[in-house]
Amino acid sequence: MTQLERFLDTFFNAAVLEKYAPAILQGVWVTIELSILIVLSGIALGGALACLRAYRVRFLSFCIVIFADIFRALPPLVLILIVYFGLPNAGIFLSSFVVLYAILTLILAAFAEEIIWAGITSVPKGQWEAARSTGLGFTQALVWVVLPQAVRLAIPPLTNRAIAITTMTALGTVIGVPDILNQATTAQSFSGNASPLMLAAVAYVLLFMPFVVLSRWLESRFAWRKV
Amino acid sequence: MTEPRAAELAAAPVAPAKGRRLPALEVAALHKSYGDTQVLSGINLKVAPSELVFVLGPSGSGKSTMLRCCNRLEEPDSGEILLKGTRVTGPGVNLNQIRQRIGMVFQAFNLYPHLSALKNVALALRKVRGMSRAEAEARAIEALTQVGLADKAGNHPSALSGGQQQRVAIARALALEPEVMLFDEPTSALDPELVGDVLAVMRDMKSAGMTMLVVSHEMKFAQEAADRVIFMDGGHIIEQGPPEQIFGSPSHERTQAFLSRVTGG
Amino acid sequence: MDKFAEQFLNLEIMAAAWPTVVQGLWVTLLICAVVIPMGMVGGLLAALGALSPTRAVRWPVIAFVDFFRAIPPLVLLIFVYAGLPFAGLDISPFTAVAVAFFLNNSAYYGEIFRAGLLSVGTGQTEAARSTGLTAGQSLVHVVLPQAVRNVLPDLISNTVEVVKLTSLASVVSLGEMLHQADLARSVTYNASPIVLAAGIYLAILWPCVRLISRFERRIAT
Repeated sequence: MTQLERFLDTFFNAAVLEKYAPAILQGVWVTIELSILIVLSGIALGGALACLRAYRVRFLSFCIVIFADIFRALPPLVLILIVYFGLPNAGIFLSSFVVLYAILTLILAAFAEEIIWAGITSVPKGQWEAARSTGLGFTQALVWVVLPQAVRLAIPPLTNRAIAITTMTALGTVIGVPDILNQATTAQSFSGNASPLMLAAVAYVLLFMPFVVLSRWLESRFAWRKV
Repeated sequence: MTEPRAAELAAAPVAPAKGRRLPALEVAALHKSYGDTQVLSGINLKVAPSELVFVLGPSGSGKSTMLRCCNRLEEPDSGEILLKGTRVTGPGVNLNQIRQRIGMVFQAFNLYPHLSALKNVALALRKVRGMSRAEAEARAIEALTQVGLADKAGNHPSALSGGQQQRVAIARALALEPEVMLFDEPTSALDPELVGDVLAVMRDMKSAGMTMLVVSHEMKFAQEAADRVIFMDGGHIIEQGPPEQIFGSPSHERTQAFLSRVTGG
Repeated sequence: MDKFAEQFLNLEIMAAAWPTVVQGLWVTLLICAVVIPMGMVGGLLAALGALSPTRAVRWPVIAFVDFFRAIPPLVLLIFVYAGLPFAGLDISPFTAVAVAFFLNNSAYYGEIFRAGLLSVGTGQTEAARSTGLTAGQSLVHVVLPQAVRNVLPDLISNTVEVVKLTSLASVVSLGEMLHQADLARSVTYNASPIVLAAGIYLAILWPCVRLISRFERRIAT
């Protein structure tokens, strides 16, 4: 066999691919499901926390900052392992899917809170003053005047961060979540061939590349807003 | 607030002094400091209904601070602000309600960039007055017509010139039908050729009988339109009187010095 | 509550696991010392490539950057570690980690440097060139320092990400801190060693994270 043939046989073996493609496809669904759930919950939670911080209740803000700091400073895998291995011994039993979802959501929420809060504080004070001068209450000013502007500022960094975190769904492999990588490594050890891994890599790239390109477009579109 | 003054106000919160009309806006014994700097040292001012009071002074004189205390964008350390006899300062005041009765126009316009001119004006009407969308937008169009910009209702602030933005800002304040309008250097951020349009709107408001308190450098406008001119410096009101008196024959040395500096002396 | 403390905050077990975990910490720091500089250099080159006036350079570089941002680091790592041997390339876990992280980091640092370079107006380059400086000199002495200052929070933020990324090396059995901590866990059936590792990560990275937030606030206002 020539070099090329051997390469193709190792990474693009048609027979192996055909056999394991369905399993990997299932993994794709799991990854998609997880990603959507994480992005929706994470950003919603982060946004809510950022809004709470706007009320400047000392103790509350303090707790939010502590939460955001801890979940941004710790490696996701560390948190996942602590929760996954620790909770059962403490009497709480959660599926690996739930553990992965919960941890990644909290991490995204922590980053989202900081990003959206930075957006809120970037909105010029004059906007608050103008809104309050017309009789709008604090919450009304926050919701109708400040937040829309803050979110626009937050979209580029938020998209980037969301992509980075959803690619971490691959970590689910370590605790047995049947995602793409898990299916691929299993298939690889059964077949003794690297094609499933190649397919997994391709699947991930196909899945996430559109979003990476989208975020690139969003950055250029919102760039003019940066003063 | 000193004890005698507090007792006075508690005894007669809304009773006007005998024989006089209730002032539209009253500033009483206003004090404010930032850290060690005393910005306002006992300001007393009464603005009569439909009066246009023009406030002059060097930067740091406290004129903007005084204006911003009137709708409590700044909190005075002591003293009182009264709107037609109703207290603006002090605890237990429904600030959001009071603010509907006081209109504020800012140097930086502060239009909401994510909303069209129409929605800028209609927002408070919908959220604070609880008007339906149709009612609010109708009233907003009226206000925009008053400032001559009904045709720009659908435009966003970024598509408007500075002068147009400021006029929309005025419409936004007018839409709530306030009793008093406060102007914080309304034309200072505008290119010279756009200033005229804004001043024209302000002149119209004066003719319509609006009570106005204006902090500005537009001397010509003061000479033509103001009922009273006040000169402030170092947190005090140094001198006040009709424009002819202040511009023509100011009595205080500081007033004279300021005027000669400013009018290209 | 007691069960929690016993499972997660068992001081005895932490003390016993301490030597193993600290051993891992050294490996973590070693990985960082190799991967971060490599990633930054790669990123700078990627940024320059992405800003090249020649389309033939720009497009492949941008494709490279987008590709390595789209592929999860763990997938890349496992592909390099487990896949390449099939092609006849035998590499140690450390090399696999170095290669995978270099590719991943270059993409992320590349984007940051690109934003930084763009934020310095063309006027700066024009001024520098008109005083006779070469393109390389203008870049190094005029543009780059400003670019770095403008995106410092993002650079620090990404470096923090890289430090956290090292924990992935545990999956390919490289003995960095998480790997060691997990080893201790599997032996003791207690999660406290990992909590200990978490504590060490916090001790190192929490101040950095705080610093980033402070920075961002100042630049925003």
